[in-house]
Amino acid sequence: MIYNGKNLDESVTWQEITTAGTIKGGGTSKQFKTGDWRSHRPVIHMEKCKQCLLCAPVCPDSAIPVKDGKRGEFDYDHCKGCGVCVEVCPFDAITFEKESK
Amino acid sequence: MAKDTLEIRWHGRGGQGVKTAALLLADVAFFTGKYVQGFPEYGPERMGAPVTAYNRISDKPIRIHSNIYTPQYVAVADETLLGTVDVTAGLSPEGGILINTQREISEILPLLNGYTGKVCTIDAVNISERILGKYFPNMPMLAAVVKLTQFMDEGIFLEKMETSLKHKFASKPQAVQGNMEVLKCALGEVRGL
Amino acid sequence: MAIKERLSGNEAVANAMRQANLDVVAAFPITPSTEIPQYFSQYVANGKVKTVFVPVESEHSAMSACIGAEIAGARSSTATSSCGLALMYEMLGVGASLRAPVVMACITRALTGPINIHNDHSDAMAASDCGWIQLHAETAQEAYDQYLMSFLLAEDPRVQLPVMACQDGFITSHAVENIELLEDEVVSQFVGTYEPQDWLLDPTTSTAFGPYDSPAYLMEHKRQQSQAMRNALPVFKEVAAKFEQISGRKYDVIETYCTEDAERLIVLIGSSAGTAKTVVDELRSRGEKVGLVKITMFRPFPREEIAQALSGAQAVAVLDKSDPMSGIGGPVYADVCVALSQSNRRPLLVNYIYGLGGRDVRPEHIEQVFEDLKKDLRDGGWKDDYRYLAVRGE
Repeated sequence: MIYNGKNLDESVTWQEITTAGTIKGGGTSKQFKTGDWRSHRPVIHMEKCKQCLLCAPVCPDSAIPVKDGKRGEFDYDHCKGCGVCVEVCPFDAITFEKESK
Repeated sequence: MAKDTLEIRWHGRGGQGVKTAALLLADVAFFTGKYVQGFPEYGPERMGAPVTAYNRISDKPIRIHSNIYTPQYVAVADETLLGTVDVTAGLSPEGGILINTQREISEILPLLNGYTGKVCTIDAVNISERILGKYFPNMPMLAAVVKLTQFMDEGIFLEKMETSLKHKFASKPQAVQGNMEVLKCALGEVRGL
Repeated sequence: MAIKERLSGNEAVANAMRQANLDVVAAFPITPSTEIPQYFSQYVANGKVKTVFVPVESEHSAMSACIGAEIAGARSSTATSSCGLALMYEMLGVGASLRAPVVMACITRALTGPINIHNDHSDAMAASDCGWIQLHAETAQEAYDQYLMSFLLAEDPRVQLPVMACQDGFITSHAVENIELLEDEVVSQFVGTYEPQDWLLDPTTSTAFGPYDSPAYLMEHKRQQSQAMRNALPVFKEVAAKFEQISGRKYDVIETYCTEDAERLIVLIGSSAGTAKTVVDELRSRGEKVGLVKITMFRPFPREEIAQALSGAQAVAVLDKSDPMSGIGGPVYADVCVALSQSNRRPLLVNYIYGLGGRDVRPEHIEQVFEDLKKDLRDGGWKDDYRYLAVRGE
């Protein structure tokens, strides 16, 4: 049986698919790259960012990593481009730009 | 129904313990190695509403799962039912009917739709109130049914009932003696045998 | 050593619950199943079992709690009837697709409406296509035995499906009959400990249950679930063989009674099979070649066994204790017709709806069915195969 989300794709047969769709091992959403759902991407302009950190908790995809009290670059593998961080930033430090690809 | 099965129908009113009597009869018969069925005919449960219960007792396994329509014996725990329920319906003339009443058998007979079998009575009110000081008709009825049907030895009946009552009244053993007294009296006070 | 007892069907099942090493029982009272959780909660209060008893606020919650318990890794059970089963409906499908091997004592009762508390099979039949295995008992003894066998069947890795162990409300649930109970240690050894393949509280791994199933995957899961249901039939035979070793009592997916040379047969489910057997005996003593087939396992449907059992008969009446209002007959009839669809020799088939809402099923009713079949054969066919038994006006 295929338990690991990484190995599961649409070629799986009914004999091989896990019973009841059970998924083993935590944190499997990391393996699922939702970044390609974006039509717009948030872009951080560090020169305007005051590190107020209002953006990080509103991100529904935990795509704004925070380390040592400071936010870093977006995790574009998982950011779906919802734009909530853009709206919440009081300093216009995040712009919303059309995906070029 | 097959002749090797004793079939008894009980009539009473909700709250009089007719179902309990049928289950106790099944109990004592079971203790003597018989195959038994004891079951009530359920309806909305209302105090005072007519209720029916049944017993089948046999030396062979009992497979039938329907109510009893042609009983050998009928036991009526409340004589006021005689006017409203057809208690002798399907009752075998070879068998008999037992009625809880203080009246004479001659007064009861006209209420039985011309039933030609054995008619017996027991004054369960008197026995119960005399000995227990309360009115529980089911115990005297139970003993009287054993007396009427003769399907088991009276001594064994009393012995098995004592065991059963001791178990039932484990938390109030004083109730055992009174109920045993009721059973003994009832065995001796069935009229019309 | 078997324990000879006299118990009602409900008392018998409550005893089986006590013996089955259950971790969780979640239940909500409804007539005529109420006595089961009532007796069981006394066992809990008196320290006779270590089971966690969850007195929930509805049957939907009872089933949810049982499924949750199974997913967590606990063996769970419940009891219900009629509208209670209907209120579980949503969760029945969830439990089956989650492959949670819950065992339910289903004490069959008419499904409202009109409102009625007495026996028929409309509740169980309405829930017969939810992915649950369904067993039906004729007696209190069978109710006890089949409830215990249900755990081995449900938890078998080839099956992993929930089971409804059904018996007829009031007719067996509230009637005191002779019964043989097994000793606690014997049952405990028979049912063993629940060892789930995947369980939420497994400390060695983290597991997600019941994820959204997109169109790319759902059919594969349904095909897998369907296989588990198909597997349940041979697995039941294995479980029954194992149960025979500890009890001496033999079970199979169907029971045949005087079928071998029978010209006329009836097919039915539940307590009325006992009544019908007495009628078969009576008619046989008069030289009539009649017999009956009792379906013990209704889900999965024992297609081959039924086809085999009916193959020699000239006329067969299928008795249904529910009318699904399909306009063409009852659910047992429909499945028997499918079972016979590939047979070269098909008997004349008719359907009777009987015993609805506690209508007492009397020996003379069964006798009438055999009489009707005789007439149908004489007439060389029938005008209407969808009939009501013992209904006024027909």
